[in-house]
Amino acid sequence: MRRTLLDSLTRRPLTEPPPPPDEAALAELAAGVERAARRRLGRSLAIRQVDAGSCNGCELEIHALNNAFYDLERFGLRFVASPRHADVLLITGPVTRNMREALERTFNATPDPKWVVAVGQCAADGGIFAGSYAVVGGVAAVVPVDLHIAGCPPTPLQLLRGLLALLEGGSAA
Amino acid sequence: MPSLIDIIPHGVPVAGHQPWPRLVVTADTWRHVARELAAGRATLFGLWGDTAAAATVHMAIVADSTGEIVVISLACPAGEFPSVGALHPPAIRLERAIHSLHGLVPIGAPDARPWLDLGFWDVQHPLGARRPAPAARQPYAFLPVQGESLHQIPVGPVHAGIIEPGHFRFTAGGETVARLEERLGYVHKGIESLMTGATIEQAARLAARASGDSTVAYGLAFARAVEAALNAEAPPRARFLRALMAELERLANHIGDIGAICNDAAFSLMHAHCGVLREQVLRAADACFGHRLMMDRIVPGGVTGDLRDSGIVLLRDLVQLIRTRFPRLVELYDNTASLQDRTAATGIVASELARQFGAAGYVGRASGRDFDARRTPGYAPYDQLDFAVPVLTAGDVNARVWIRIREVEQSLKLIERILAHLPDGPIAVAIDGGDGEGLGLAEGFRGDVLAWVRLQERSVARCHLRDPSWFQWPLLEIAVEGNIVADFPLCNKSFNCSYSGHDL
Repeated sequence: MRRTLLDSLTRRPLTEPPPPPDEAALAELAAGVERAARRRLGRSLAIRQVDAGSCNGCELEIHALNNAFYDLERFGLRFVASPRHADVLLITGPVTRNMREALERTFNATPDPKWVVAVGQCAADGGIFAGSYAVVGGVAAVVPVDLHIAGCPPTPLQLLRGLLALLEGGSAA
Repeated sequence: MPSLIDIIPHGVPVAGHQPWPRLVVTADTWRHVARELAAGRATLFGLWGDTAAAATVHMAIVADSTGEIVVISLACPAGEFPSVGALHPPAIRLERAIHSLHGLVPIGAPDARPWLDLGFWDVQHPLGARRPAPAARQPYAFLPVQGESLHQIPVGPVHAGIIEPGHFRFTAGGETVARLEERLGYVHKGIESLMTGATIEQAARLAARASGDSTVAYGLAFARAVEAALNAEAPPRARFLRALMAELERLANHIGDIGAICNDAAFSLMHAHCGVLREQVLRAADACFGHRLMMDRIVPGGVTGDLRDSGIVLLRDLVQLIRTRFPRLVELYDNTASLQDRTAATGIVASELARQFGAAGYVGRASGRDFDARRTPGYAPYDQLDFAVPVLTAGDVNARVWIRIREVEQSLKLIERILAHLPDGPIAVAIDGGDGEGLGLAEGFRGDVLAWVRLQERSVARCHLRDPSWFQWPLLEIAVEGNIVADFPLCNKSFNCSYSGHDL
């Protein structure tokens, strides 16, 4: 273990420079985020991820945000275990009928001010699952959405751009 | 070992079912096969309903040693069939799902509660004779647990981590789990319903999204089912590229899992290093095939994109990199006593149960079930590639980690051989429409994925996808019994069952 730790200390970090924030996402946010709320929270956001029916592809890429290449926490963004601790709900999947109530309850358990980020094509409009008896549709059909991040699944870079836009948009609004 | 056909005395073969036979049987023969399963003379491989034409139930069985597969079908004109679960517990949840989705009743079933249908849909029996759901949701009775000073811990569907939703009901005496009962279905999207009537192309995209972590395996199983039904065959180069993608998917998932299991024992150093290697596999996949998870890259007829020479160089470098880094991580795992203390003798699955449930992948192979669809029944190009299937018998979290470690080593070897023997030629054949039925198998990182399809012209009349998790989830309940509650995340991660692949 000592060798592994020493190596890690002497090697250059793998973490890459941040991508520019997503312009389209910034524009979507400009109206939605209030300056006062952002001042209170500073540049630190606690994220609660909710899978509302995804195929788990989006979860894999959200997980990747925590690896050494993307290192999400350097931006003050971190994942928390409870919606009670969260500022942001990061929601994936078409919302299934079986998850609708759980999603609503998670949203209601999250204190204000809060933002909802819908991740992936399914979360935008139900994707290829739209129209099923078991699917409500996109996230916006159940809770208000502040930001969409596109992709199937979005790459970690796309996710990072979207989340940085959330931070930038918040402080610029 | 007698042939599987021998235990099915009176079956009428159905024409146009490929590549294994499908036999129409009587209720007596159906019951006889259930008894044979219970006696361990064959393994349950799938059980699904079919109400597209006439109400029917299909059951796939496999001989572990030879990989011989037979599908038997029983017509259900009265909307009922003899329960297999009454004699053979691995069938219980599959029958509950058939009842909920199709409305077909397993007579004599030991558990009549719904499965997948949590009472939130507008319709009942969405794949059968649909009818409006009752206005009020029926309460769901969890199994009773008796004993002194027991308490219940309800967990989910929304869990604490970045993980799929499901409900776990723990009953514990102090810290010790007396019973875990799973309730799944939260991510049920109605995939089989969406596939009915879809074009082959649309259905392939749906299959690729049954379980995102196994998108290559699902793409492959579905493509092979369609190709079997239409007597088509992907060209040799496509078969090698498919195997290459499948091994990259296995590599990424196994390396990620090894790190995540250690992380659930609070050993984050392994997690960090494994996370780096996993990311490098995904980046290589992206560079070679244009998608990090290689989604929609395998289609009926072949693959969508060719591998360039630069890709071959890149993948050889990737193998070299993992060969340099991975052994030290294995050594780190092996030499950290505090970590081994958590994983060894935790969450044990008995060999007998692994065999009875036909547990696939690392869950089965860590408990002595020597089965791998790449080898038995086997499929191209693995018949031309030499590889070993690791098997252990301890059946604990530690054994499931070691199976993954050994499979990472095998996948690296396979990738090298695939690159060395990659044939030239086209990467796809045109898939014309036609009528037929096909069964396709693919060994995903989690175990064998089964796809069964009936085609009419260019559209899908019925498609069933069976995730390996169906036969692993019930074993997790048993593995956790007698362990402390705090070891559940460790046990759960060592299984890493798919919620979406199970719920569909």
